[in-house]
Amino acid sequence: MEDLTLLLGFAGIFAFSAPLIFAVVGETLIERAGIVNLAVNGTILLTAMAGFAVAARTGSLVLGFLVGALIGAAVAWLIAFSSITLKQSQVAIGFVLTLLTRDLAYFLGNPYMGLAGPRLPSWHFPLLKDVPFLGILFFQHDWMTYLSYLVIFLGWWWIFHTRPGLILQGIGERPAAAYARGTDVNRLRYLYSVVGGALIGLAGPIYSLSVKAGWKGTISGLDGLGWIALSITIFGGWNPLRAAFGVYLFGFLQWLGLVLQPRLPGIPSQVLQVAPFPLMILTLLLVNIGNAEWVERTLAALPDRWRHFLKRLLRALRANPPASLGVPFEPE
Amino acid sequence: MKREQIGLSLGLRLLAILLALLFTVMVLLLSGAPPLEAFRQIVLGAFGSYKRFTDVLVSWVPLLLVSSGLLITFTAGLWNIGIEGQITLGAIATTWALRLLQDSTFPPALSLLLATLAGMLGGAIWALLAGALKTFGGVNEIFGGLGLNFVATALTLWLIFGPWKRPGIGSMSGTEPFPQALWLPVLPGLRLSLWALVPGLLAWGMVFLLLSNTYFGLRLKAVGKNLRAAYLLGVPTWQHMMLAFLLCGALGGLAGSFQVTAVYHRLIPAISSGYGYLGLLVAMLVNFQTLWVAPVAFFFAALNLGSIQLPIVLKLDSSLSGVIQGVLVLFVLLLDGVRRRMERG
Repeated sequence: MEDLTLLLGFAGIFAFSAPLIFAVVGETLIERAGIVNLAVNGTILLTAMAGFAVAARTGSLVLGFLVGALIGAAVAWLIAFSSITLKQSQVAIGFVLTLLTRDLAYFLGNPYMGLAGPRLPSWHFPLLKDVPFLGILFFQHDWMTYLSYLVIFLGWWWIFHTRPGLILQGIGERPAAAYARGTDVNRLRYLYSVVGGALIGLAGPIYSLSVKAGWKGTISGLDGLGWIALSITIFGGWNPLRAAFGVYLFGFLQWLGLVLQPRLPGIPSQVLQVAPFPLMILTLLLVNIGNAEWVERTLAALPDRWRHFLKRLLRALRANPPASLGVPFEPE
Repeated sequence: MKREQIGLSLGLRLLAILLALLFTVMVLLLSGAPPLEAFRQIVLGAFGSYKRFTDVLVSWVPLLLVSSGLLITFTAGLWNIGIEGQITLGAIATTWALRLLQDSTFPPALSLLLATLAGMLGGAIWALLAGALKTFGGVNEIFGGLGLNFVATALTLWLIFGPWKRPGIGSMSGTEPFPQALWLPVLPGLRLSLWALVPGLLAWGMVFLLLSNTYFGLRLKAVGKNLRAAYLLGVPTWQHMMLAFLLCGALGGLAGSFQVTAVYHRLIPAISSGYGYLGLLVAMLVNFQTLWVAPVAFFFAALNLGSIQLPIVLKLDSSLSGVIQGVLVLFVLLLDGVRRRMERG
């Protein structure tokens, strides 16, 4: 019995992580193209509220998800438009939009607070659900969870194993070279912004229609998850597989916090809820510190044996951003 | 600047305000609320009485401090999103100092002074942490700062529910209030303390002088405009960035310190009240023109105060002020982009 509870707990991590998977893969696609979408946090809140409101009013789950994807795409498009066409700072627009969409969610969501609404039913995968262990772990969830597995795989396959993916890497690394080879860099940046934004926009309704069903305003517990998604994108080194690992690790840590809670009465629950954030700084430090100049110098001064080991360790952890991330491209 | 250019830029600003108003009206209509009545309530909430006007000034002080500080980091090309945490750490350090000093034989004025300095130090240390993560760890200040914001919140909650909890049981209402001797004196019958307002105005003036009239300000601009060129010209770049972080953090810490000594008289969970993020909006809106910080911050503070009326009178959420502030900055940035596009031809 104890074992089953544990297994169900682990299985919950996969369902609970589905929204973050969508958000992280979406952001990875956008950043691979060279644009930073800093509005993820607000986008998730607004799409969670809007998706729930629409689904509750129309009774249609599909419409709820669709509205989320549309809003996410629109926000991402606005960032692309401001940075590509209007040459404004992506960071500034993204930050303003993340605050604006958050406040819009709280303001417009006020009448829907605490309402009962539709919820995505679980749907157990035929045959696969009966595989011992793996069945419970992966295949007794709902459709969006299964789609999240697909999104990880598709994102990874697209970026690293297709021709358009190669071009995508090119416009994020050396846009000038891609342009010289006949690629319309800015058009593709628009395209990936909208596609990635739609994925981010699905994260919200997955929360409000499935994982954390309902809309509860400021106590929905969704504020901050978008920032987590942004840092996991970095942790993932702009690779959907590594990013998915980061998302599941984060989910595991949160679950661990919940499990340990009753055993650590001295620590208030609010503290355990934010415990992943210091870990996030630490991981960011680990994946970035290999790039710092003083680290190279310090390493060079160490005895050989140590140096090789540390160098290999840092290289394994290091995540290099696309070279032109956040840099506008101006065709000649 | 040519005359037409000034005209164009002014016209676009007005257009931005108009569009922001239009957007807000649409949002209000969407939520089924009467727009005019909502605006009237905001104006009444902010300026309906002398007391309310002074309440606007109460929230003007932290916003003024924070926005002025952020102009220093913006000038150095830094996005100090960690400002929320710096405010919080200022409040924590001040509370810590007051807890130590409240049972001592020090005169209250001295205790308050020391606690205020502790607050500035707390904010500065938290900012230096974000700076060190950027300079020595290669962690972008946006993510380092955000992470530190969450750590600061966790620290506050832990203190309130743990070591500093009220006698009996800890609660979200915060720590035990300090004795009245340790409150900054307020104007009779009001919540406004001149001991917070005057330092806020002084800090604003000093930041203005610092950025426009000193070599330090000039070098900071060089670092912010072109890091590589500044470095090649012999400006010690990372030292300037750290100094910018330190100054901004100290001002943020001072804002947090006043939240404890002049407003709440204790540590509460949401002590930073979002002033940091709001300050970032103000700093973006004034676009490096320090003089504009005071009026814009005042306008934002008035919106915040005014919208507190909305849930009471119209059953609307008070986040409407955030919508207005955000959409205003958004349209100003967008139209600024349009103007530059037009100038390029």
